[in-house]
Amino acid sequence: MTSQPKTLFDKLWDAHVVTPETDAAPAILYIDLHLIHEVTSPQAFAELDARGLPVRRPDRTKGTLDHSTPTLPPTADGRRPYVNDEARTQVDTLRANCARFGVELFDYDSPQRGIVHVMGPELGLTQPGQTIVCGDSHTATHGAFGALAFGIGTSEVGHVLATQCLLQRKPKTLAITVEGELPPGVGAKDLILHVIGVIGVNGGTGHVIEYRGSAIRSLSMEQRMTVCNMSIEAGARAGLIAPDAITFEYLRGRPRVPQGEAFDAAVAQWTTLRTDEGAAFDREVRIDARDIRPTVTWGTHPGQVAAISAQVPGSADADDTKARDYMGWAANDAIAGRAVDVVFVGSCTNSRLSDLREAAAVLRDRRVHPRVRMLVVPGSEQVKRDAEREGIADVVRAAGAEWREPGCSMCIAMNGDIVAPGQLAVSTSNRNFEGRQGKGARTVLASPATAAACAVAGEITDPRPYLTSVLAAETAPHAGTELETA
Amino acid sequence: MQPLTEIVSRTVVLRERNIDTDQIIPARFLTTTERKGLGKHAFNDWRTRPDGSPDPHFPFNRAENIGARILVAGRNFGCGSSREHAPWALTDLGLRAVISAQIADIFRSNALKNGLLPIVLDETIVDELLAQPGVELRIDVARRSVTLPDGRVAQFPLDAFAQTCLLEGVDQLGYLLKQADAISRYEQQRQSQELRHAS
Ligand code: SF4
Repeated sequence: MTSQPKTLFDKLWDAHVVTPETDAAPAILYIDLHLIHEVTSPQAFAELDARGLPVRRPDRTKGTLDHSTPTLPPTADGRRPYVNDEARTQVDTLRANCARFGVELFDYDSPQRGIVHVMGPELGLTQPGQTIVCGDSHTATHGAFGALAFGIGTSEVGHVLATQCLLQRKPKTLAITVEGELPPGVGAKDLILHVIGVIGVNGGTGHVIEYRGSAIRSLSMEQRMTVCNMSIEAGARAGLIAPDAITFEYLRGRPRVPQGEAFDAAVAQWTTLRTDEGAAFDREVRIDARDIRPTVTWGTHPGQVAAISAQVPGSADADDTKARDYMGWAANDAIAGRAVDVVFVGSCTNSRLSDLREAAAVLRDRRVHPRVRMLVVPGSEQVKRDAEREGIADVVRAAGAEWREPGCSMCIAMNGDIVAPGQLAVSTSNRNFEGRQGKGARTVLASPATAAACAVAGEITDPRPYLTSVLAAETAPHAGTELETA
Repeated sequence: MQPLTEIVSRTVVLRERNIDTDQIIPARFLTTTERKGLGKHAFNDWRTRPDGSPDPHFPFNRAENIGARILVAGRNFGCGSSREHAPWALTDLGLRAVISAQIADIFRSNALKNGLLPIVLDETIVDELLAQPGVELRIDVARRSVTLPDGRVAQFPLDAFAQTCLLEGVDQLGYLLKQADAISRYEQQRQSQELRHAS
């Protein structure tokens, strides 16, 4: 008997259907892992209280503190410098809810606390084949492991707390195939910004994206997470990458994955999680990796992108005009050379160890331009420890940038880390919406290497000249003989 | 949830495309632990001038729009974050429907759970509505239709389940809780499969 070839998405979906969808009702989909944080959970717990319900599977629910948490250390008297009392109450509310309902919380005293989408993979809570949800739209990050992971609203957080299930209509599938080799000095962030530029901010609406092709397969897990993270910026529910040897090696030995023989058994299982030959997607887009350059956003949504070497478009389109006005560009301005006020390296898109290494490679033996304020915010306590051990924190401080405590920080700017009105920020986060980083703030999204290069130059600049030693080491026949550049 | 069968109201218009959740409710107002009271912060950064005073030109600051229940907006409304604070802020303003040529997935799902009807209409009709703010529309949930000022009737797609929930005020969590047996069966089946794999 031959069965119909299936996409990876179909396999994940089918394995989690409790009751299938009909015209009259959506499917009931089982959720393996529910991640919660302080901002989108309080009203959901209140709903449980109002109905006298327990959390159905506290063992499948994990909490962290990240969004409204200060990234400055506690003051001498041990108090955290919250932006206001409401933020403190929000954190205390999650703490109380986790304690009352028996949910594990990665609190300030946990050596594993971090941004929800950094912490989950790091601990191995995120595993191939799972369904993962969180009241946060960047949950798609976990799709890098071949998990079906998507963001939900607070009512749905309540549904999952109470029933471990969601009512869902099956989304459509979109294959984005990126073939070829990325040019030197071009990374995962450039790739995903380029993809969003091609398909548009609503290009993925109603779809789950599977990223495929040789350029995707050659990415590390941390780079794959950067790609999947921004699926929502193309409007997609989720982004997926089939798990492979790179995935399994990343997970091996992590605290929350099966160990020893059980791990090998899991790998055998996970290996089946790939799109079958001949399986059909609802839509397909092909992209040539060799076309991708260091890329940034120039406008006020993540689809308004351009190569750094290019110009701001001169189109008369109303949205483009509005975005140019907000950002302070004239039509056809060169992107490179624009003065920068703030640089932020952090967020669930780019705050992992490899991201910080990339920024540090640029900052090493250089100084942040006097006009620029630069913040480097590790994604988790683990990243912070590793980066400090490797000397990255020292490089950051020596360059004149601020080294902070883990959290979302300037990505969402609700903890007091904000960009002032009118200032231009080059940010490794995922959203350049008007006011995202503070009222009137202007955001240019970029890779960690680009962000660091902009910090040093004091203006928007191509990072590649700053990466010569790194690039030479990568391409030199005897990698490791480092060519020093001044 | 209160049943929602019909909405008759004049429209408020925001012509911008890609109105994201950070515009609908800026993140600095998300430190609340309540659902209520977010209307006063809706579109905060568009509503106020740099000195903090209300901008008299912004549609939601205009006296004639107070009490309007229908928002018409440019395409790709509600893109961005999963914050349910966005529909909470809009319903707190009194809105019961958003009409656009495209509405982002998570926003649509969140809106439906809060009695805010996301209506996607043909771009040419939306463009007409964007060009004439303040016209009166009649929305019929049972017929999935919008009656335009000139009497034409436009149909909109609405999932049958979502429609029943709106018309009958079905509580979706209550619905899911009734499936407890099926959920337990699924969990048992999964557990025995996992044991098989591990052995
Ligand atoms: S870093 Fe930004 S996008 Fe990521 S979880 Fe935090 S607020 Fe959301």
